[in-house]
Amino acid sequence: MMRAGIILFPGTNRERDMALALARAAGRKPAMLWHGEADLPAGLDLVVLAGGFSYGDYLRCGAMAAQSPVMRAVREFAGRGGHVLGVCNGFQILCEAGMLPGALLQNAPLRFLSMDCHMRVERSDTPFTNRFQRGQVFRSTMAHGDGNYFADAATLDRLEGENLVALRYTTPEGEVTEAANRNGSARSIAGILSPNLRVLGLMPHPENQVDPAIDGTSGLPLFESLAASFATA
Amino acid sequence: MTDSPTPLDPSRAKRLAAEYGLKPEEYDRVLAILGRTPSLTELGLFSVMWSEHCSYKSSRVWLRELPTKAPWVIQGPGENAGVIDIGEGLAAVFKMESHNHPSFIEPYQGAATGVGGILRDVFTMGARPIANLNALRFGMPDAPRMKQVIDGVVRGIGGYGNCVGVPTVGGEVDFHPAYNGNPLVNAMTVGIARADRIFYAKATGTGNPVVYVGSKTGRDGIHGATMASAEFSADSEEKRPTVQIGDPFAEKLLIEACMELMATDAIVAIQDMGAAGLTSSSVEMAGKGGMGIELVLDDVPQREAGMSAYEMMLSESQERMLMVLKPGREAEAERIFRKWELDFAVIGHLTDTGRIVVRHKGAIEADIPLAPLESEAPLYRRPTAETPKQPVLEANAIPDPLGIEAALLRLVACPDLCSRRWIWDQYDSMVGGQTAKRPGAADAAVVRIEESQEKGGARALALTTDCTPRYCLADPEEGGRQAVAEAWRNITAVGGQPLAITDNMNFGNPEKPEIMGQFASAVRGMAAACLALDFPVVSGNVSLYNETEGRAILPTPAIGGVGVLEDVGQAVGLALPPGAELVLIGETRGWLGQSLWLREIAGREEGAPPPVDLAAERRNGDFVRAQILAGAVRACHDASDGGLLVTVAEMAMASGVGASLLPPPGGIPAHAFWFGEDQSRYLLALADAAPLLEAARAAGVPAMRLGKAAGGDLVLPGGRSISVSSLRAAHEATLPALMEGR
Repeated sequence: MMRAGIILFPGTNRERDMALALARAAGRKPAMLWHGEADLPAGLDLVVLAGGFSYGDYLRCGAMAAQSPVMRAVREFAGRGGHVLGVCNGFQILCEAGMLPGALLQNAPLRFLSMDCHMRVERSDTPFTNRFQRGQVFRSTMAHGDGNYFADAATLDRLEGENLVALRYTTPEGEVTEAANRNGSARSIAGILSPNLRVLGLMPHPENQVDPAIDGTSGLPLFESLAASFATA
Repeated sequence: MTDSPTPLDPSRAKRLAAEYGLKPEEYDRVLAILGRTPSLTELGLFSVMWSEHCSYKSSRVWLRELPTKAPWVIQGPGENAGVIDIGEGLAAVFKMESHNHPSFIEPYQGAATGVGGILRDVFTMGARPIANLNALRFGMPDAPRMKQVIDGVVRGIGGYGNCVGVPTVGGEVDFHPAYNGNPLVNAMTVGIARADRIFYAKATGTGNPVVYVGSKTGRDGIHGATMASAEFSADSEEKRPTVQIGDPFAEKLLIEACMELMATDAIVAIQDMGAAGLTSSSVEMAGKGGMGIELVLDDVPQREAGMSAYEMMLSESQERMLMVLKPGREAEAERIFRKWELDFAVIGHLTDTGRIVVRHKGAIEADIPLAPLESEAPLYRRPTAETPKQPVLEANAIPDPLGIEAALLRLVACPDLCSRRWIWDQYDSMVGGQTAKRPGAADAAVVRIEESQEKGGARALALTTDCTPRYCLADPEEGGRQAVAEAWRNITAVGGQPLAITDNMNFGNPEKPEIMGQFASAVRGMAAACLALDFPVVSGNVSLYNETEGRAILPTPAIGGVGVLEDVGQAVGLALPPGAELVLIGETRGWLGQSLWLREIAGREEGAPPPVDLAAERRNGDFVRAQILAGAVRACHDASDGGLLVTVAEMAMASGVGASLLPPPGGIPAHAFWFGEDQSRYLLALADAAPLLEAARAAGVPAMRLGKAAGGDLVLPGGRSISVSSLRAAHEATLPALMEGR
């Protein structure tokens, strides 16, 4: 059964949502891990960097969290082949920590955007997406001011060439359009993977779509994918 | 070291007293209480504590008329927030508060700190905030500075709420020229606590340490409460330094640190430093406990060098709390606040003297008896003048200049009815993972309670804010009654059991009899509705002097309503499902007076507003709720602003499904039937209308078939139609066009 841990930075605010999603999919509550710890507990399968405004987003989103003691441990964990999920501010932290390429700029409309979005699953052979079909479109919600994914053309080409774009903003029908890419992300990128496919960063919040009584279960397969990946571990 | 404060020069003191907003007779009382001329710090203390904002001196005599009790009320008005029992050993803690004046002067920070302040009022009592709402009134978007105000207020509310991680789940917005020079920003927070773990402000225990936690004290917001108790003039821009600066990141840390400390039993009393900062928090905590308090300001964490006692006592720097701890628990508490990287300082102790004594740099800066500060506080029963009654307009005497379809298209696009998506798209409504009905999805927001879920329950709160100021201007008593009834109705329309309200009374200058008359009448109407609907007031806030250059806002008693659903799965939204039959509950007479149709289509703001028959309100609502909870209803929407056809259109736009409508009964002109704003009505969508119509007949509830959902058009009786997509396009275009020119 999957052992997950959520890192708490000062200003993290979607840790409870994430815990509900992980517990629902995996049947076990994740551990809450304090940012000041230099070591991660032994035996973790998955480290999650949840949404929020770590350090108030002061300086630059994710920049200060990326320098905290626990992030050295997270980087080592990933280096040993550990799985890391970064959502929203967590994605920003992963980019700031150099664990994923690129950066998240201010949304193109220069406003905070809180709304439904649809994402197309670009590959389903990863620990995060094995319960989706390739090309499947699912609904989620976004809530961020700085989710406009940016990288230079060479990096974007490499990501695409190595098939590391996990999720793309599309219409509900799966089409990539400017209107479906509200925050203005380069090539409509919503989420990217590390080359070993064990680190995923994405801006939207599938952890808010895991419960039929709240906002449906369209995001649940992501967490079920992880649970399945570690079912026998 | 001196053992008493240094009095000001008497003539200077008198001049400063007037400058700080004390009336001559109020200043005479200060002299009588002290038996000498006050020091500067003492004068500052009296002036803020006796400001309208802190003392409610013009409103208290009227507010006493509001019902505040019910078996489920744990704490009524008088604490930081109201507390009600919501079952399963849980309590909802909530309040709404205005930040009108600061939000006009500095929209972003004014609105942001409004959210921060109301959050603190709620978590001070031991409740984790689970939802924010707001009630906003703006001037017309083409009025000077108004776009900037709207943009700043919306960004400020979002900027603060999104960062602290409390979802902004609902609210209301009106536009009227009366708010051109004085917009209203009312913010509401709802939190959840264990019913047996509520924290109060009453300080006890001589010698117990007084502890300061949170952010440092700076020079921002000095005399904010006094500023909020005065009218605006052309030089209000100069008051920008009195607006506080918010830091939602610090607030988030403060929430977590307080929650952690509250899980222990170290706290005796706790109070946030809101309006009048350290002054009001220390005075109120000690006063409520019948204690004295001694503060040593040298120990206050300070952001700037060289701050005086006067500045520190009056600063309204944000994200600060004052606590009284049990003796010997300081180290434990300090550890928690340091962990969250917040300041922590023991700045004094409780005494048995009944006085507040303020020391700074070895001198006594203030020494005031607390009892008279409260008991001798000014209390005014100001003269009132009743608003003259307006005539009831006869629908037959008001011709329809436009036709039904054209009027509908124009109404769904007018500022008061157009989509609020541009606003709520900037608020995180989902954080927490418990928002079952988001803005636009239902008449009330629905938020499940995590503590209930943890125990296998599915209990949820239904939340709304409501007021129809144009009704209140025409007839304040009817408007007050309607505001409470509409909050009750909106909670009912999702299937919630309405439990209690918080009120935010926004009015003009109370020294004008017609304004005080509006206030008194609105309270009378609210009280009647609260009684009839078992919907008591448990907290509230009064904002007076909402005038610019002598022109008052519309009387705006904004109501924040809280109800409960035992099972979140029972909540219904307003989106029209295909194939559903439409049934209208309630009586339709075609009331056009003060309707939006009359204003937007006929160009007239006049007539008596629609009356609320409270017996019918209760009967209709109890019937609708029972039907929803029995699972008979697939969607429900109350018929309010804009009338019945707008209600149908809103349900259709929410799902994209059209409807064919039946002809109205005879005797009412078509435009009055479709656009009249008769009260106490609900539009229900059901798989099968027949059993419900039968049940309504048996219960004596007026009910009629209105049509059937199908296709993508609204088809009016007689066959003319209008596509839902064209309605949506008009409905969605208004705010983006006004705000961003697109």
